[in-house]
Amino acid sequence: MLGQKSMKMGLAAGIWAGLASISWAQAPDWQDIENNARGQTVYWHAWGGATTTNAFIDWVGRNVSKHHGVTLEHVKLADTADAVGRVVAEKAAGLDTGGAVDLIWINGANFAAMKSAGLLYPSWAENLPNWALVDTIGKPAVLSDFTVPTDGQESPWAMAQVVFYYDTARVSKPPTSIDALEDWIRQNPGRFTFPRPPDFLGTTFLKQVLIGLTPDATLLQRPPDAVDYDAVTKPLWDFLEATQTSFWRKGRAYPAAGPQQLQMMADGEIDIAISFSPGEASAAIANGQLPATVRTFVLDGGTIGNASFVAIPYNASAPEGAMVVANFLLSPEVQARAQDPDILGYGTVLNLDTLSPEDRARFDALELGVATLSPSELGAVLPEPHPEWATRLQDDWIARFGVQ
Amino acid sequence: MPFAPTLTILLLAGPVIAGLAGTLLPALSVWPGLLGAAPSTPPFQSLISWPGLARATWLSFSTGFAATVISLIITALVLAGWSGTRSFIWLHRALSPLLAVPHAAAAFGIAFLIAPSGVLLRFLSPWLTGFDTPPDWLVLNDPNGLALILGLVAKEVPFLLLMSLAALPQTAPRRSLLAARALGYGRVSGWMLAIFPRLYRQIRLPLLAVLAYSASVVDMAIILGPSTPPTLAVKITTWISDPALSGRFIGAAAAVLQLGLVLASILLWWLGERFYAIVFHWKTSQGARQHYEVMWRALGYAAGLAVAGVALAGLAANALWSVAGPWAFPAALPQTLTTRTWQRTAPQLPDPLIETILVAAFAAFLSLAIVIACLNTETRRGKRPGGFGMLVLYLPLLVPQVSFLPGLQALALWGGMDGGRMAVVAAHMVFVLPYIYLSLSGPFSAWDTRYGTVAAALGARPWRVLLHVQLPMLLAPILTALAVGLAVSVAQYLPTLIIGGGRVQTITTEAVALAAGGDRRVIGLYTVVQTSLAALAFLAAVLVPRFVWANRMDMRAA
Repeated sequence: MLGQKSMKMGLAAGIWAGLASISWAQAPDWQDIENNARGQTVYWHAWGGATTTNAFIDWVGRNVSKHHGVTLEHVKLADTADAVGRVVAEKAAGLDTGGAVDLIWINGANFAAMKSAGLLYPSWAENLPNWALVDTIGKPAVLSDFTVPTDGQESPWAMAQVVFYYDTARVSKPPTSIDALEDWIRQNPGRFTFPRPPDFLGTTFLKQVLIGLTPDATLLQRPPDAVDYDAVTKPLWDFLEATQTSFWRKGRAYPAAGPQQLQMMADGEIDIAISFSPGEASAAIANGQLPATVRTFVLDGGTIGNASFVAIPYNASAPEGAMVVANFLLSPEVQARAQDPDILGYGTVLNLDTLSPEDRARFDALELGVATLSPSELGAVLPEPHPEWATRLQDDWIARFGVQ
Repeated sequence: MPFAPTLTILLLAGPVIAGLAGTLLPALSVWPGLLGAAPSTPPFQSLISWPGLARATWLSFSTGFAATVISLIITALVLAGWSGTRSFIWLHRALSPLLAVPHAAAAFGIAFLIAPSGVLLRFLSPWLTGFDTPPDWLVLNDPNGLALILGLVAKEVPFLLLMSLAALPQTAPRRSLLAARALGYGRVSGWMLAIFPRLYRQIRLPLLAVLAYSASVVDMAIILGPSTPPTLAVKITTWISDPALSGRFIGAAAAVLQLGLVLASILLWWLGERFYAIVFHWKTSQGARQHYEVMWRALGYAAGLAVAGVALAGLAANALWSVAGPWAFPAALPQTLTTRTWQRTAPQLPDPLIETILVAAFAAFLSLAIVIACLNTETRRGKRPGGFGMLVLYLPLLVPQVSFLPGLQALALWGGMDGGRMAVVAAHMVFVLPYIYLSLSGPFSAWDTRYGTVAAALGARPWRVLLHVQLPMLLAPILTALAVGLAVSVAQYLPTLIIGGGRVQTITTEAVALAAGGDRRVIGLYTVVQTSLAALAFLAAVLVPRFVWANRMDMRAA
């Protein structure tokens, strides 16, 4: 291990260089950051599977270039873990500065993994000027990512909540509880599926079913090792055993990711699909991806909600530019655009009461999409379980159903 | 230029061997720089405890082996029954464009075609099938990988046919077949007995490359292959990008297993060769002259036609989706055609398009220069590469990409050679150079050296002979080789992603990322762009010599 010593020295040097360059941490002067950001190129690694988000990020790029002189490059990922893996590989190689990733669209297990491995830029999010507009009281998920405190290592930019969409041309009365869903699946074999775990939406479906069936959902806020895992998860496995052969393709194949369900719905392969974006169906109808007869519903006891974040790796090449982008994402103009059902239909993370009348008007002017539920119809937002649940449930699901 | 062969060996074997070392270390729990994070359980133990391991390994092996056997049989039957006929020329014309089609694009086309909601059933519904909604059939991503085998066969038959046609003249086919037929053998039997054994020896290495590739393919297996569980190669890519560090160690262990799997496949293939040889000798000694000649001829042609038909119809389905308006099942055609998808995507195309062209051009031209230098040195020394040389040439095609690229990334980062376009170009060259060499070595050795002797006698120095006599005369094959190189580079996904760190974005990396969204219109559009790039290169290779040599008829064809 020839390089081990030099690696450690390199690491130390990197930390020093890092500390020197973040002198603003003691005196966070946004002006300095903006000045440093000018001329930087920010590589934003973000999932690239949806044309709507790609177009949105493209628009963000044109605007940060115009207003802040920051060039934004969207690195379109097939899987967010690719970006995490890149930073891991860089750290393993001692590349503590000049990394390839400047900004990651992240949450949940990926954030937990990066945070615990020390791969993230320390406490910066709450120093952003637009942080003051964020609704930290009404939307606690912006401070607690799958129960893991964000500690300013990631900045929220969109709210998400589990919804289901269905085609009214084929389903008259959608099932609004997990029990009703089980009956519906068994009565309509081959017409329901979910993205294959470990896809995050598929894993979310498992969590949603578990929350809907377990007598005491508060247990899920603790790590799975702290509770009787087998007893708590038994209703979930019973549900899946009972429905497995009634899933699309008899449960022998699954879509690889959430948006694939849009195509399947449009083709008439399935009748009900899960989504993590209340506005997805409306945006897809506006986009021509779904027929206009599609509508959205939620479950009676409420559905899981969380926030989407952006984080900066510890070795980012353009941390200042990345912060400028993160701050821009929190501006009322961008947030209103993201909430526009014709653009993205993502929920805002801002507290509308703190906004100026003009900014507030941007949101008031938005119409709900044709298939989007109003905030009151969306019902209760349930907290994400501890991130280890996602890992355990997806591993167990793969062992039980994913490798027949 | 005498150093060119050595440079080639370093360029090809270096990254593969270094990458394998970079994979082997973490598989043994050693990861320089991550010592504190060494996994608590040995990676191979974690790998074995993954419940899908046996099935995934079997899938990689069985689909790869089946695809190679079927491709070889179809290629042999088509050649045996039809080579030299007008029908063969037509079939060859239908198959050869498929060479230019990137694997992912072909796979999407086939998926759009054969899925229960695909174009094929749309054409047959509801008037024939009675379906108003797509049937719940598992024809795509089927657990046994049949769709994957179909996709691989569609890509490998054209490749094997090209390799065979290049090697065929050296087997003196016309005389051998005449002799066999004079002895009373049927066309197919005679060809299989007299020509196939000699042809086989010539295409053996490309065939093993096909076998290795098919057993470790990633992009096609994601699109067409099974998912519960996926093939081993696909599973490796999810492990090595796992946010948990332990995943990378398991992935490294699995990558070593993948290498073993490919080696085992090759060993089994070798045993199969021995077995075939025994059967073949026995058959010959039996002296039977006719073996259902008509049936085999018909079967071979039908299979070749089916392969071309499926792949080309798939490409048409890609193109159609890119301009489709609303298109509900079971309508055979879209309700309306629209340029909406193209208009929406157009602003995002130029950057990756330029990057793709730059990387491909650098990789192809640099490789071409090195290959010409190599071949020139060989010609002047009067030596052809021996077994070792050919093995090195085929090394990057025989060792699975997932087995050495992650290790190469780790080493590249460690050595400070980080990302960037030129690193990606270097990684592409590892795969581009062998293909350029393979397509150019035949024409180079067939070039009549007496032209060079005459030029030298007139006082031209070696450089001048090369630039003013040899290269112009070989313009057509050189352009074809260049097109092959460009096409190979355009289609690369893993090397671009892993070595480029995501910063080098090509049409192919964009296409794969978008594929995750399953939007057929956008996927269709990207596959059309991707295919056009490679097709344009081949088109140029055909057209340019016609213009340059408008008055030199014999120099126009490759």
